[in-house]
Amino acid sequence: MAALTRGRLGSWLIILLGAVYFFVPLIGTFEFSLRYIRGRYSLEAYRIVLADPRFSATLTYSTVLAVATIAVGVVLVVPTAYWIQLRLPRLRPVVEFITLLPLVIPAIVIVFGYLRLYNSNSVLPLTGTERTTDLLLMFSYVTLALPYMYRAVATGLRTIDVHTLTEAAQSLGAGWPIILLRVILPNVRVAVLSGAFLTFAIVIGEFTMASLLDRPAFGPYLQLMGANRAYEPSALAVISFAITWACMGLIQAFTRGAPGQVAGAR
Amino acid sequence: MEAGTRFLEIDDLQKRFAQTTAVEHVQLDVTRGEFVSLLGPSGCGKTTTLRMIAGFELPSSGAIRLDGVDITRRPPNKRNVGMVFQSYALFPNMTVAQNVGFGLRVAKRPDAEIKQRVEEMLALIKLPTLGNRYPYQMSGGQQQRVALARALAIRPQVLLLDEPLSALDAKIRVALRNEIRSIQRTLGITTIYVTHDQEEALSLSDRIVVMNEGRVEQIGTPFEIYNFPRTPFVASFVGTLNILRGRVVDSAGGRIMVDDQEIVAAHGLEQARAGDPCSVALRPEVVSLGETGGNGNRMRGTVEDVNFLGSIVRIRVRFKNNAISLDTFNNPRLSPPRQGQSLTVNFPREAVLVLEPPSAG
Repeated sequence: MAALTRGRLGSWLIILLGAVYFFVPLIGTFEFSLRYIRGRYSLEAYRIVLADPRFSATLTYSTVLAVATIAVGVVLVVPTAYWIQLRLPRLRPVVEFITLLPLVIPAIVIVFGYLRLYNSNSVLPLTGTERTTDLLLMFSYVTLALPYMYRAVATGLRTIDVHTLTEAAQSLGAGWPIILLRVILPNVRVAVLSGAFLTFAIVIGEFTMASLLDRPAFGPYLQLMGANRAYEPSALAVISFAITWACMGLIQAFTRGAPGQVAGAR
Repeated sequence: MEAGTRFLEIDDLQKRFAQTTAVEHVQLDVTRGEFVSLLGPSGCGKTTTLRMIAGFELPSSGAIRLDGVDITRRPPNKRNVGMVFQSYALFPNMTVAQNVGFGLRVAKRPDAEIKQRVEEMLALIKLPTLGNRYPYQMSGGQQQRVALARALAIRPQVLLLDEPLSALDAKIRVALRNEIRSIQRTLGITTIYVTHDQEEALSLSDRIVVMNEGRVEQIGTPFEIYNFPRTPFVASFVGTLNILRGRVVDSAGGRIMVDDQEIVAAHGLEQARAGDPCSVALRPEVVSLGETGGNGNRMRGTVEDVNFLGSIVRIRVRFKNNAISLDTFNNPRLSPPRQGQSLTVNFPREAVLVLEPPSAG
């Protein structure tokens, strides 16, 4: 009994230490962000940040880009992971390796590669106009989010019996688009959403690619504020954390009680 | 079988996977409304044959015709063949009603028709009130009945069932087995049923196709398969059989020498020659202890093993190289024979089944 109590106490101690490690800087940042007006706590820094037209412009830009990244990522990853699981399981290690590359290759290397490949003198001058640069940035975000999206979807697919569900749908007259949209996608909905929210969190805070491609994204705005202001960057950091946590909370909310993944067909 | 009565024709079907031949020269004609079981051990090619009918596997050679139309290369979603899987394969994201109506929705049938058909099917499987449940809220037996309803809802030309009862416990298996047969008879749907369970095949089927190592060993009614197995494999796989190996002494007289003792087969040796090796089969229920009069066969041997099974006592008697098992009813007034005891067994000449030698590769 005493050993059990000691063990439980040890666990709580570790949790407490972890919480202190993570929360003290956050609380400190939050506390600092409230000190804009000397001598008293206020939300002035937040008011200034939220009133700054660049804040809403960059956040909107990054949000639109994140949604587009998620859409393209889902269209690219779900059929690929499905086909690998269904017909090409031998290629799984190769594809997993490729999807991990963005974690190994620094973003700055990737973006310099893009600049060399797609500059205005190249065959495909994607950096030639703002819209095509946006497109290039979106594709680079798809690459950046690939490890998270692919892993989430592949793990989701492993929890259902893809082969049998596919064959069952085929025997009922369904072609590939119907199988993917009505049978497979709803059953990996939670996994896709997890991947989507992770992608959202990555895109919202990304700096390197957006900065080097000179696009008005939220990441470069954060950096700009951080370099020139005192209290506003702290307020922005807290807002960024809130956005990220909201994404995590949404993952949790959608993961609970989804009938598609409570009971797999296996 | 006359050409007009053929509904599903499987013509010289073969399937090779790299170096392995999974299905070899399978030939089968199924009439409309017939219930045919493919029976055999794991790896015998029965599921591969079924999957080729469903369109999930492409045959290496041969043809499959459905109602006179060649469907060999047709994709599975264009065959109008219903399939029930061992693992139910219900779509977890859909309710029971949505599962049953899935095929009709894919076929873009009107909503009213889908609703009516779903209700019809749920009534057929005796689950009329469970349309709003999700698969995970149901038992295995219920899920499999829904899978059956889903396969039948699209009015398929052929219903394929791939070991549908294997994942269920014994009691539900028997109940659902009877239900499947009853539904099949009600709808008169042509059905191909894959199983490794001989009892299932014997109780359900109009005809049974016994398969082994990719080949068809025998096709016949359950009565024929059980009582007149043509090969040692069929004899040993279907029911319990004693196989005795010996040599033909006199083919005209049906005389066979087994371990230096002569027995007589009433028929089956017409094509054999004296000296040919031959195998005969005896069902345990036709073998009795003791001497007998008339023209019955007698063999003398030693009790090798006695197993008390409650109402039945199973006795194994060894001759020399051969042995047979026989079952006797437990009689509390008579003690069973002892191990090592010498005794005589008898069986009628008509009960001696002469087996065909296994066909060459």
